[in-house]
Amino acid sequence: MIRENMFRKYLFTLATLIFATAVFAASEKNSIQIKGSDTMVNLGQALAEAFMEKHPEVFIAVTGGGSGTGIASLISGTCDIAMSSREMKKAEIGQAKSLGIEPEEFLIGMDGLSVVVHPENPVGTLTIDELSDIFTGRIKNWREVGGKDKKIVILSREVNSGTHVYFKEHVLRKGDPLSKEEFSPDSLLMSSSQAIAEEVALNPQAIGYFGMGYLSPRQKAIAVARDKDGPYIKPTAENVISKTYPISRPLYLYTKNKPEGLIKEFLDFALSPEGQEVVLFTDFVPIKER
Amino acid sequence: MRLRQLKEFLIENLILISGIISIIIVALIFLFLLKEAIGLFKTVSLWKFISGKNWYPISDPPRFGILSLILGTIFVTLGASIISIPLGIASAIYIAEVAPKSFKEILKAGIELLAAIPSVVLGFIGMNTLVPLVKKTFDLPTGLTAFSGSIMLAFMAMPTIVSIAEDALTAVPKQYKEGAIALGATHWQAIRRVILPAGLSGIVAAIMLGIGRVIGETMAVMMITGNAAVIPHTLLQPVRTLTATIAAEMGETVVGSNHYFALFGIGLTLFIITFLVNLVADIALHRKR
Repeated sequence: MIRENMFRKYLFTLATLIFATAVFAASEKNSIQIKGSDTMVNLGQALAEAFMEKHPEVFIAVTGGGSGTGIASLISGTCDIAMSSREMKKAEIGQAKSLGIEPEEFLIGMDGLSVVVHPENPVGTLTIDELSDIFTGRIKNWREVGGKDKKIVILSREVNSGTHVYFKEHVLRKGDPLSKEEFSPDSLLMSSSQAIAEEVALNPQAIGYFGMGYLSPRQKAIAVARDKDGPYIKPTAENVISKTYPISRPLYLYTKNKPEGLIKEFLDFALSPEGQEVVLFTDFVPIKER
Repeated sequence: MRLRQLKEFLIENLILISGIISIIIVALIFLFLLKEAIGLFKTVSLWKFISGKNWYPISDPPRFGILSLILGTIFVTLGASIISIPLGIASAIYIAEVAPKSFKEILKAGIELLAAIPSVVLGFIGMNTLVPLVKKTFDLPTGLTAFSGSIMLAFMAMPTIVSIAEDALTAVPKQYKEGAIALGATHWQAIRRVILPAGLSGIVAAIMLGIGRVIGETMAVMMITGNAAVIPHTLLQPVRTLTATIAAEMGETVVGSNHYFALFGIGLTLFIITFLVNLVADIALHRKR
């Protein structure tokens, strides 16, 4: 029967994949598995390519899936390095420790989260308060923030996305750990940053957010201010480095225990001037002054 | 003679075992889902799980209400059924009874080809063509709606419905049709009064398999229904389906957390829904006879 089959197939594929990855990871000493944040996939891939160019005997596989996915597979042992655009949660650290893993954290760059609208949208500046009101659903019409008399369509990432979590904690809840704000249930949850970019480019009523690496002329980035009086700042590399842009976040790599051998070499490379050059090249912000 | 009996015995039992295995596998899947889902109901009551309106799985405290997800699945499925069942059965009748022989083969091959298109490709095409069209036609805030999902899913259910219903109609003995026409019935009367009722069980099976395909479909709905976990009121609203929720969130969950259990709870819900659909179809079929 087709419908039972679907689920069975899904589980079976999943099991096979996990098994295959485990076998692969164990048998190949010259390979590194990197997994995690969709925001960082391009960065991870570029770093891997640059690294492999210098070490042709090494093979590095980079896959996305979301920060949570990466950390979950680091803990379950199916990847060597997890990319994450948020810090590990307490529950995740606890789970890792219960399995005898001491995760190590490496900050390799910063990302400005751009809030984007359709290029024809007259609204070009918003405060954090206004953003919070829009994404929680208190402001429902573009007219209330100086735009056309049209309903606002909220685009968000799925809950497995580090970007989703970061945006909720730092924009909707304004960094207040006690706040209970949530994304409006009306928000459309998109499966990737690229899907948000597409929908914003096609829909003049939409507002969305993603890492600044995804910005293109088909979307307009909103200049954001901390409060009404504050300067409105565009998400550019300079503004993220100088920390004037209010919504920027760290990009992490996590390893099991202290990195050794090949994994250590790769991390050293990512933090070297050359690696940081790659960070800049993929539209993120290096952490080290060049 | 002995050898033949032994052979017979072996083959009969092999078939028996194959049959039993598939039942056991289904039962095991059900038990597995139940075992994983049961953890959730230590903290959240079953009633709250099914009737809760808020799905905030990673908030603190999390809220696991899947009513909006169930309704999302029902809306998309109903929409797709309304489109695909009449179209599918009409195509099946045309192919089985009306179309000239040479054209028939082309049509059949074409429809089977439709089944070969991966759902992610259909979803992608839908996102770029159908979604903007729906938005424009109905002047909506967004084209990512249950309706767009229904149309795309109708495409996916069509090949199943058409090919199985067509087989059922072709399998109706020729004498029935010949008898009807000999009694003075027109071709249409023969189709409507004789061939359709005779092939009904196959047609119902075709519809059920089509609906099964729609309920279980994940990738395309995830891409074009908007995935907003709200209680839908019309088809022209974004919805979030059960399948899309599992697919989108399974990667994130910490194994053994409440969120993980809740996703298995959703899987169980889906299983029960498809089971009910099957049961209703079975009962309907037996009553007809």
